[in-house]
Amino acid sequence: MSIGHTLLGLLESGPRHGYDLKRAFDEKFGHDRPLHYGQVYSTMSRLLKNGLVVVDGIEAGGGPERKRYAITEAGITDVAQWLTTPEKPEPYLQSTLYTKVVLALLTGRGAAELLDTQRAEHLRLMRELTRRKKNGDLADQLICDHALFHLEADLRWLELTAARLDRLAEEIRR
Amino acid sequence: MTLRTWTRDLALGARFAVTGGRSGLLRTLLTATGVGFGVALLLLASSLPNMLFQREVRESARAVDASETVAAPRADSFLHLGRVTGYRDDVISGLLLTPEGESPAVPPGAAAFPARGEMLVSPALRDLLDSPDGALLKDRLPYKVAGTIGPEGLIGPADLRYVAHVGFLTTDNFDGRGVRYGWSVPEEPMNAFLILLVVVACVVLLLPVLVFIATAVRFGGEQRDRRLAALRLVGADTATTRRIAAGESLAGALLGLLVGLGLFAVARQFAGAFTIWDVNAYPSDVVPMPALAALALLAVPVSSVVVTLFALRGVVIEPLGVVRTSTPRRRRLWWRLLLLAAGAALLVPLMGEVQVSETSIDTVGVVTGITLALIGLTTLLPWLVEAGVKRLHAGPVAWQLAVRRLQLSSGTAARAVSGIVVAATGAIALQMLFQAMESDFTEVTGQDVSRAQIAVGVDAGTADEARAMIARFEHTKGVTGVTGIVESHVWRPGPLKEGEEFAPMTSLRIGDCASLAEFATLPSCTDGDVFVFLSHGAQGNPDDSYVTRAARPGAMVALRDPHPHPSEPKRAEGGPLPQWRIPATARVVDSRPDPTGMYQYGVLATPSAIGAARLDEPDAQALVRLDPAVPDAADLVRNTAEAVSPTSWVRTLADTQRDAAFGSVRTGILVGSTLTMLLVAASLLVTTLEQLRDRKRLLSSLVAFGTRRSTLSWSVLWQTAVPIVLGLVLAVAGGTGLGVVLLKMGGQQVQDWWVSLPVVGIGLGLIAAVTLLSMPVLWRLMRADGLRTE
Amino acid sequence: MSSTPLLTATGLDKAYGATTALARASFALRAGEVVAIMGPSGSGKSTLLHCLAGIVRPDAGTITYDGRELTTMSDTARSALRRTDFGFVFQFGQLVPELTCVENVALPLRLNGEKRKAAEARAAEWMARLEVDDTAHKRPGEISGGQGQRVAVARALVTAPRVIFADEPTGALDSLNGERVMQLLTDASRDTGAAVVLVTHEARVAAYSDREIVVRDGAVRDAEWAA
Repeated sequence: MSIGHTLLGLLESGPRHGYDLKRAFDEKFGHDRPLHYGQVYSTMSRLLKNGLVVVDGIEAGGGPERKRYAITEAGITDVAQWLTTPEKPEPYLQSTLYTKVVLALLTGRGAAELLDTQRAEHLRLMRELTRRKKNGDLADQLICDHALFHLEADLRWLELTAARLDRLAEEIRR
Repeated sequence: MTLRTWTRDLALGARFAVTGGRSGLLRTLLTATGVGFGVALLLLASSLPNMLFQREVRESARAVDASETVAAPRADSFLHLGRVTGYRDDVISGLLLTPEGESPAVPPGAAAFPARGEMLVSPALRDLLDSPDGALLKDRLPYKVAGTIGPEGLIGPADLRYVAHVGFLTTDNFDGRGVRYGWSVPEEPMNAFLILLVVVACVVLLLPVLVFIATAVRFGGEQRDRRLAALRLVGADTATTRRIAAGESLAGALLGLLVGLGLFAVARQFAGAFTIWDVNAYPSDVVPMPALAALALLAVPVSSVVVTLFALRGVVIEPLGVVRTSTPRRRRLWWRLLLLAAGAALLVPLMGEVQVSETSIDTVGVVTGITLALIGLTTLLPWLVEAGVKRLHAGPVAWQLAVRRLQLSSGTAARAVSGIVVAATGAIALQMLFQAMESDFTEVTGQDVSRAQIAVGVDAGTADEARAMIARFEHTKGVTGVTGIVESHVWRPGPLKEGEEFAPMTSLRIGDCASLAEFATLPSCTDGDVFVFLSHGAQGNPDDSYVTRAARPGAMVALRDPHPHPSEPKRAEGGPLPQWRIPATARVVDSRPDPTGMYQYGVLATPSAIGAARLDEPDAQALVRLDPAVPDAADLVRNTAEAVSPTSWVRTLADTQRDAAFGSVRTGILVGSTLTMLLVAASLLVTTLEQLRDRKRLLSSLVAFGTRRSTLSWSVLWQTAVPIVLGLVLAVAGGTGLGVVLLKMGGQQVQDWWVSLPVVGIGLGLIAAVTLLSMPVLWRLMRADGLRTE
Repeated sequence: MSSTPLLTATGLDKAYGATTALARASFALRAGEVVAIMGPSGSGKSTLLHCLAGIVRPDAGTITYDGRELTTMSDTARSALRRTDFGFVFQFGQLVPELTCVENVALPLRLNGEKRKAAEARAAEWMARLEVDDTAHKRPGEISGGQGQRVAVARALVTAPRVIFADEPTGALDSLNGERVMQLLTDASRDTGAAVVLVTHEARVAAYSDREIVVRDGAVRDAEWAA
């Protein structure tokens, strides 16, 4: 998952201090794995360098934690691009997809479309695997099937998430 | 297993029957209706003997007691003459009375002895006389209505009867002299043949009721299955669930008994309103035979339980659902045939054993035999259907679907149809029995209605009087021709010969050539001719020698009995014995059937050949031809006869003498069997509909790939038709066979091999009805809704 | 692939009582392509299939098959069309339990008026192709679910239809049997050039399609043909 895109997305709703960013991240996506402050610092400095954020102001006392960041136009475009590009289907995508869905909801972008795009991508790969399976030997078939079952599980999760989008949006906005 | 658990389980089942939802209630009501009709018919059938018996009792009670000869007039004696006259389609009986003293016995049902010239009438006759329809009849009964006859003097509420006080009865024209009424009441209620009939009727009615219950048990399968499974889930054992299922049927059966009793009570009230087979009874006379009634009342509920338990033997009720043993056991033929053979074995030895005159039959043997035979036939059906459809080949799609379905599960269809088989078999056998009874009363009379339609006879004082009477018929409206003869007798004169108790005698008929030609084949005839005509022993007549001993061409004959029996009342001797010589030119000719169908014999003479005035006690006989265009011609002739003499007799000629009432009995049987079959059809319909609902999905998918409605409709038709047709074939064969055996038992002949036709017709009608009534449901199910899974 | 669609539907509405099954649903099918209709249960997938196949008449909208308007066709004409041009495979309960398998497969041909012998001979060929020829003279109750579905597929293909409608054809099967049925169905339809409309909620089944559409709350999301 891309922490940079996530932090960028969080900034979309308004400038924040690095510390606030970490708290918002942990609250929404961190769950059992809170972000180290160092990660926030290095990510933010990379984003600064790429011109996706700017420093909005520094409070007295110095230190990176006192910097307030704001997203740039380029940053917004980057987030939008990230959200609309389906992830390459692969196992354990949930955290990324989840982040994307939440960010889409937070930023008022179409979460359903995001899921549909992802589903299409998944299915595209599944078709590919199915075709490969058809022409391959038993070993190929077994390997493809393993992948197919995992992709199917992801797809089911997508389906379920899509069905729960409204509830999720409510919870996030609370 | 105690009585208490049985009672508890049956009661629980009975409660389910009433509270088990719409389909459960429907099943119970259907069962109750079916059983109700059956029970009502059963009770009515078993009332028949008593009805007939009461009729005889009433008949005896109102008849003049002739067991005691009253030789001389007494204060309480009276002369009586019974009259029977036809009026349109009704028969009216009358009793003419002439009291000889001050205090003649009052006839039964009368409040007082009517005054001279007055009559008492039954309420039904009074109504008839008061109605415009009775106008003509009034002329025939020239007595003043003085009151009505009460039930004691009547056979039934519709009895047409009068009792009149007349002055003209003498010892010459009476039936007898009486002092009181009431013959001894017959002891045995009925003849054996009638018992046979009733017993057969009861068995035939009871069996379809049982079959119906057996079919009804399987109604509403799914919901009941779920309920029974649920009972198993909460811990009821298999036996308990079966008892509960039996309780459900029992509830229907008991309810049916109530319905049946109710229907019977209502039907009883109408017993007087209909005259069936001359039987028109007071409701109080409609009482079932106790044994048969008890059997019915006991057999219905008990068998409902037994039949249910039996029907569930192939069904495994598991906690998670009901499993019907799907592997069809191969149906075996032998035990079915064995039942049939056992029935036949019991019945066949009885052939010719039942005499109509006998008053008891081997009831147990007959009932067991018939029951076994009918059950045998019923159980033969599933085998027949199975064996039959196995041989059917696939034809068009609709036919293929139906045949394959029957091949896979012929049992369901066969079970439902078996009720039809029993009802139809019984109806056919009963019809045959009734037809034999009918023909006992209805013979081909040999009467030739093209030559005359009414025969009238009147005692005449003299030949002139007789001629005058004949003339009166000729002048009656609606009469197109009259064959009139004056009839008397001739005797051989001289002393009696060795071994003779009376003088040889024969009849003498005088009339014109045309009239005489009605009795014999005359080569030629002119006035003045005389013929001796011989019947050559036809119709059990005596030998020709009996005639020729008294009358031969050229022989001298006496015109009055030369040796009257001492018991004959002495009459004033009119001088010497009148004698007449038969001309030697008289020809001997062959007798031919007269319009009444009889071969007569004796002497025929044209008017100029003999002075009719010399005849002793002549009768006038007129054979009357009617104008069919005059509606009441027959009754006008009867009125003339009555006017000529109140003691005249009138006979209406007919090709066959058929009591219209027999028609009603056969209609009754047909109606009864139709009702039974209708019930069976109802159960068949329910089965078909349930089956259709069970295949909702399949029907929808068939529709999806473009199956036409008509294809599926035809398949439903075939599916219904094939078992019913096979059932009807069996019923016709079985019913006819059973009918023949039963007839042979009473020494009767089969009258009509085609009596099964109406029954078959009804069966075919049922096929159509069941199919048609299934259509709306089929078409509704053929909508795509059945494909929806979500 | 030809660009003119064989079967198109636009703006379909269908309600069952108060329940809306389809709301302005649109769809297009090109000859020979395999399209999966996906979506959660109750979304209106099956209703869409029923409408497309002319089994159910939509409340509004148009369906054009091969230049003919399906929605205005008489029931008889639509039945005839289903007999000749369409084939069907359902989840279960579609085989007549009394008929043997070969008779079941021959049924659509016989409904089209073909002689029994000829129909059953052709049915036997298709059964061999779907590897269920050994079940020919068994009844549906005597064979496994997978065999039953293959018999059903044979029945759908026997009339050489241009479109096969398959409604959850593997819904009652385990994975292996499901895969086998899908494999045979798609292979056979590609060989004969028949298009397939496949309703399924399983992604692995949908993976046999060329493309998929999603029905959600009666509306269709079709990347290519969305209205």
